[in-house]
Amino acid sequence: MDRLVFLLATGLARGAVLALFALSLVIVWRAARAVNFAQAAMAVCAVYIAFALTAASGSYWLGLAGGLAAGAALGAAVERGLMRRLPHLTPLPGMICAIGLVMVLQSGLAIAFGPEHRPMRPPFSQSPFVIGGVPVLSPYDLFVLVTAAAVMGALALLFAGTSLGLRLRAAAFAPETSRLLGVRVPRMVTIGWALSVAAAALAAILLVPTELGLNPHAADLLFVNAFAVAVIGGLDSPAGALAAGLGVGVLVSLTTGYVSASAAPLAVLALLTAVLLLRPGGLFAAREARRA
Amino acid sequence: MSALTVDRLTVGYGDGAPVVADLSLDLPDGAVLALLGANGAGKTTLLRALTGLVPARGGRVLLDGRDLTGLSTEDRVRRGLALVPEGRSVVVELTVEENLRLGALWRHRGPARARAVAAAYELFEPLARRRHAAGHTLSGGERQMLALARALIAEPAVLLLDEPSLGLAPLVVAQLLGVLRDTAERTGLTVLLAEQNVTGALSVADRGVVLSLGAVVADRPAAALAADPALRHAYLGF
Amino acid sequence: MRTLLRAALITLLAIAATFGLDPFRNYQLATAAGVFAAVAGLTVLIGLTGQLSLGHAVLMAAGGYGYAATATAVDAAAPDAGPAALLAGLAGAAAASGALGLLLGMAAARLRGPYLAGLTLALVIALPSAANVLPLGGEQGLSAPFLPVPEALSALIAVEQWHAWLAILISAAAVTPLVLLRAGRPGLRMRAVLGDETAAALAGVRPGPVKTAAFVASAVPAGLGGAVLAVATQQVTPGGYGLAFSLTLVVAAVIGGLGSIGGAAIGAVLVVALPWLVDTAVEAVPADLGQRLNGNLAVLLFGAVVIAATLARPDGAAGLLARLRRPTPAAPTPATPSTNTER
Repeated sequence: MDRLVFLLATGLARGAVLALFALSLVIVWRAARAVNFAQAAMAVCAVYIAFALTAASGSYWLGLAGGLAAGAALGAAVERGLMRRLPHLTPLPGMICAIGLVMVLQSGLAIAFGPEHRPMRPPFSQSPFVIGGVPVLSPYDLFVLVTAAAVMGALALLFAGTSLGLRLRAAAFAPETSRLLGVRVPRMVTIGWALSVAAAALAAILLVPTELGLNPHAADLLFVNAFAVAVIGGLDSPAGALAAGLGVGVLVSLTTGYVSASAAPLAVLALLTAVLLLRPGGLFAAREARRA
Repeated sequence: MSALTVDRLTVGYGDGAPVVADLSLDLPDGAVLALLGANGAGKTTLLRALTGLVPARGGRVLLDGRDLTGLSTEDRVRRGLALVPEGRSVVVELTVEENLRLGALWRHRGPARARAVAAAYELFEPLARRRHAAGHTLSGGERQMLALARALIAEPAVLLLDEPSLGLAPLVVAQLLGVLRDTAERTGLTVLLAEQNVTGALSVADRGVVLSLGAVVADRPAAALAADPALRHAYLGF
Repeated sequence: MRTLLRAALITLLAIAATFGLDPFRNYQLATAAGVFAAVAGLTVLIGLTGQLSLGHAVLMAAGGYGYAATATAVDAAAPDAGPAALLAGLAGAAAASGALGLLLGMAAARLRGPYLAGLTLALVIALPSAANVLPLGGEQGLSAPFLPVPEALSALIAVEQWHAWLAILISAAAVTPLVLLRAGRPGLRMRAVLGDETAAALAGVRPGPVKTAAFVASAVPAGLGGAVLAVATQQVTPGGYGLAFSLTLVVAAVIGGLGSIGGAAIGAVLVVALPWLVDTAVEAVPADLGQRLNGNLAVLLFGAVVIAATLARPDGAAGLLARLRRPTPAAPTPATPSTNTER
């Protein structure tokens, strides 16, 4: 029972990170109708920058801010420099280009920083609070939950309650009509990418201290899991990303705890396959079917 | 002073034959012009080229004397050109209120936006009743009303409309065209109304221009066009 | 038929070439032949049906495991049965990869591009776990029987050359059907589905089964390619078929031009030769940097080439697709992320 509580709590914390990363995929999907397969690689770049800033300045918070800024800048740069120049009749060129980008970024990081896993020190303790004799969440887990929730809330507010958010949504739903209403659609797409990669960077920054260490492949598993989450929740549903993120986070935690760590990817794969085959629209999907 | 001048415009798709060929047109300030012609005559292509949604192969478009060549669609809109496209152009994922607000964003700032939206509700009462309804729950008539209101909220200098009456009941059409005519008279708006609904269009327009195979074949005062059976028969088929 | 003659000729030329190569080069050739089979399948899949599979390495692995398990079993049961182990192994490889390809293909038929790519990606990441859970020998993997040079030839050729011959023959056998398929009616059906699914369906070509069949048709050569690698290295491990390798297969397909089998050959040779070339060049570089460049520089170059290829001829990746679609009347201006979801 104790174990269950602990696993559930940790699962929620991990799930919050997953949900945030999945949300970043939803944002870029909505903005550009593209699944950014390079999201993890770009996020890890931002984490390296955060790491370097923290090492240089001694401040975690400076590193965090820098990492977010780097993520946003990277997202904007990739959209303007690369993705914009590709034809969008089919998603294929975008996906292939993203794969090339992954290879360049990950090998570039490995060349620049080496393959060593660099441990990242979290700003709060990772030993769990003990409530009534039961280890629950650690201060860091709590920080992760709060931060992820706050950011997701802020993004929701941005999109639903501000003029910029209205323009972003309109540009994503109906680009041509939006242009006829004076919306600078290309700029909105760039902003969408910047927001998306910044959110992914934050998720990665929150995740890495709990893993073995920062390395060029630190976010690969996160990407695959988050992609599964986004798909399960429905690629254009932020609420779906949240619910599915928490759900998958708990699933991974329980599988790791009760079976083994290496069984977790299989569990996620099984769930993903099941959802894709049974409810191709995703559990919360809004409009577009993923029918080929 | 011409609100809109089209100077020898040629538009085509891909490598095909031009859909609009060497077309010239003049829209005086405050005029309401009906653009008529059969399906495939080039009305939609012309309107899309004027707004920059389709690139022109040759010729120029002048808005209030200024050349629009090379400007993106959104930049042309911000110079005062507006288009209510064919079909339902309401953003169905957004509410009525959001659609209107969207239209007002570039023109108005701060509290002026809310005022502009309120003014739109006064002009189009049925929309006020549905202000928080999602776009996809609106009827055809309501959507077209919303599309029109949304275009007007930005106070354009020149308004282009592509077959606004398509698929709508006659009563609704009459209502819409009436609002359009009134607004044009009140604000001095210049209107180019592309329509297959000839009677309706000619009833609100000053002049009628008939397009056939991408070229202008008739340019007459609306009343004359409506009254002359030979003209109507030759170009409009009835 | 002309195609068969051409295939035979190319095969003979390749075999002749092995006489001019040293043992290590022959080993590389064998590897390239295996990779070629997989890339050929992949390039036909992407080029002709637009389905991006990021997990073809897993199909190769399936073939490899199938080969290893079957060949080892037959070898144990009948040690002196000549080519029986090899042939049984190949059958096992084809069966395993075909089965997995069928499953994936059925999923693929229901999924649009990014979703299929994501699913195959998840599959690749899950391979090490699967190797632990299924009886696949975990991280150590399975071993495949060593195939010695037959008595009759042992005076003529060395073992690496023998393996190269086997590799060439197996790959030729795996790829030739693809060439025929591509040129024949199945290829036509695939292209019809790619161009316009609705129109194809109306013409009596069912998109779902065509896509599934295409997947299986690309999976079996991949599996045989995996068998080739098992012949050359005598082992199958999950580490040999990871994400990087799977992406490399896509790179090879893109470099050669999607849909082109000849291009697949070029791509395969490149992805086998370039890392080796780069690593040799890197040896001249001081130790620490050299260590880091090792393996990574090649990947960096590949990535850059892929990006450049997609930018320079976005047609190259999508050209085949664009040419098949009827020209759409509304040409979107280049700066917009045009979508088809406008109402």
